[in-house]
Amino acid sequence: MTESNYNEITSLLCDRLSTLTNSNIEITPDTNLISQLSIDSIKLLNLIMEIEDTFDVSIPINALADVQTVRELADLVYKIKFAS
Amino acid sequence: MNLLEKLDAAAAARKALLPDGVGAFGIPIEEVYSATEARIGDRRVLLLGTNNYLGLTFAPECIRAAHEAIDNEGTGTTGSRMANGSYSGHRALEREFADFYQCNSSIVFTTGYQANLGTITGLVGPGDTVLIDGDSHASIYDGCILSGADIIRFKHNDMIDMEKRLHRLGSRVETTLIIAEGIYSMLGDQAPLAEIVKLKNTYGGTLLLDEAHSLGVLGETGQGLVEKTGLLKDVDFITGTFSKSLCSIGGFCVSNHPQLNQLRYVSHPYIFTASPSPATIASTRAALELLRKGNHLRTQLWHNCIQLYTRLKDAGYVLGPDPGPVIAAIVDTPQQALLLWQKLLENNIYVNLILPPAAPEGKSLVRCSVNAAHTYEQIQYVGDVFSRLRSLT
Ligand SMILES: Cc1ncc(COP(=O)(O)O)c(C=O)c1O
Repeated sequence: MTESNYNEITSLLCDRLSTLTNSNIEITPDTNLISQLSIDSIKLLNLIMEIEDTFDVSIPINALADVQTVRELADLVYKIKFAS
Repeated sequence: MNLLEKLDAAAAARKALLPDGVGAFGIPIEEVYSATEARIGDRRVLLLGTNNYLGLTFAPECIRAAHEAIDNEGTGTTGSRMANGSYSGHRALEREFADFYQCNSSIVFTTGYQANLGTITGLVGPGDTVLIDGDSHASIYDGCILSGADIIRFKHNDMIDMEKRLHRLGSRVETTLIIAEGIYSMLGDQAPLAEIVKLKNTYGGTLLLDEAHSLGVLGETGQGLVEKTGLLKDVDFITGTFSKSLCSIGGFCVSNHPQLNQLRYVSHPYIFTASPSPATIASTRAALELLRKGNHLRTQLWHNCIQLYTRLKDAGYVLGPDPGPVIAAIVDTPQQALLLWQKLLENNIYVNLILPPAAPEGKSLVRCSVNAAHTYEQIQYVGDVFSRLRSLT
């Protein structure tokens, strides 16, 4: 269960990020949000609101300090959604 | 990159936006003539970028009170109230704020920035949640970060978005602090307080409203948005600043919850900083009195706001949604904003230039603030100049 949930989150996240950032590079778990998608800190905050809605979770912005890549964001979403 | 090289990189990014010699940030003001005029370089300029909403910077009552306080109590308190004691002025001002808001408790802070830091960190900590408007002032963001609480943002003034997030918090809402502002400092729009209160009453949570820009401006006696909307009793904590309509420096928090007083023992931004100087407290007390009975000033201020807002709107500028003392012309690029700002200065009008990321949604702002001391002719002149410069943006 956990692995398929995790994979689902990752692939949905790649999809959403690709739409939200209008990016023409292919988004993979290793894509760096800041350097490769040119998302500055303010854009990241706004993007997180969309990601919260996509997964119906609350993502505290102070938890983003450790997030650089799509995989790290997926880890965070997974942890919040399935923790507790 | 070492630490200093990182600063060099940031400086290079700033210079890419603002060429050398354009001192749009921190412009040197050589002399101040009045609440509406000053000298910048060799120009006598019209001040349209201050937060002096009631125009009280030179009110004789405030100046006299400050002089007397310096003569009687000296220039500074040289320490924090916790360690060095509370002067009678600090205590009197707290009583006066409590009375003004018909509240039990009030705390005076050294700045408005610290009022937000001190109140937020006193109320929430790790494991708690803050639900804040996305366009919140930096002092709110910094207070939330310092507190260690989980920070969740809702889209600016979007109540559907706020409700979604409140709903998602579930039982965590019990330890959630919701934060909004009376008037938002960038676009000058007001929070939909009635709807915020309704959501709070439905879902729970504690509500903090920052009335920094609305104190003295909204409501019959100038309490702010709480008074305009009749919702004083529904807001748990109100913070604000002395640096805008009260024309000095400092900040406050008022509440009907007696627990507010506990903040004096736990809140670092209250404890570990010097208390406001005697002159500051004295002029603030005098200004608060003028503010409370300043209905004529508010009437004049709102005449001026509507006059300028209408002129700029008619000239074709895109403005924030609500007319008010903060009137921001929203332009697409930093270059357009800079050019407009420079041309206004060449016409002896000083306004604020706001570039990304400080302006919402990647836009840039040429931000005017109107006060009660501006004359009809001054506002007409500003409207004329803006109209002439319309083609620049
Ligand atoms: C909304 C808001 N809150 C707080 C502050 C901080 O006030 P002060 O200037 O007293 O530090 C400001 C002023 O910049 C503000 O705009």
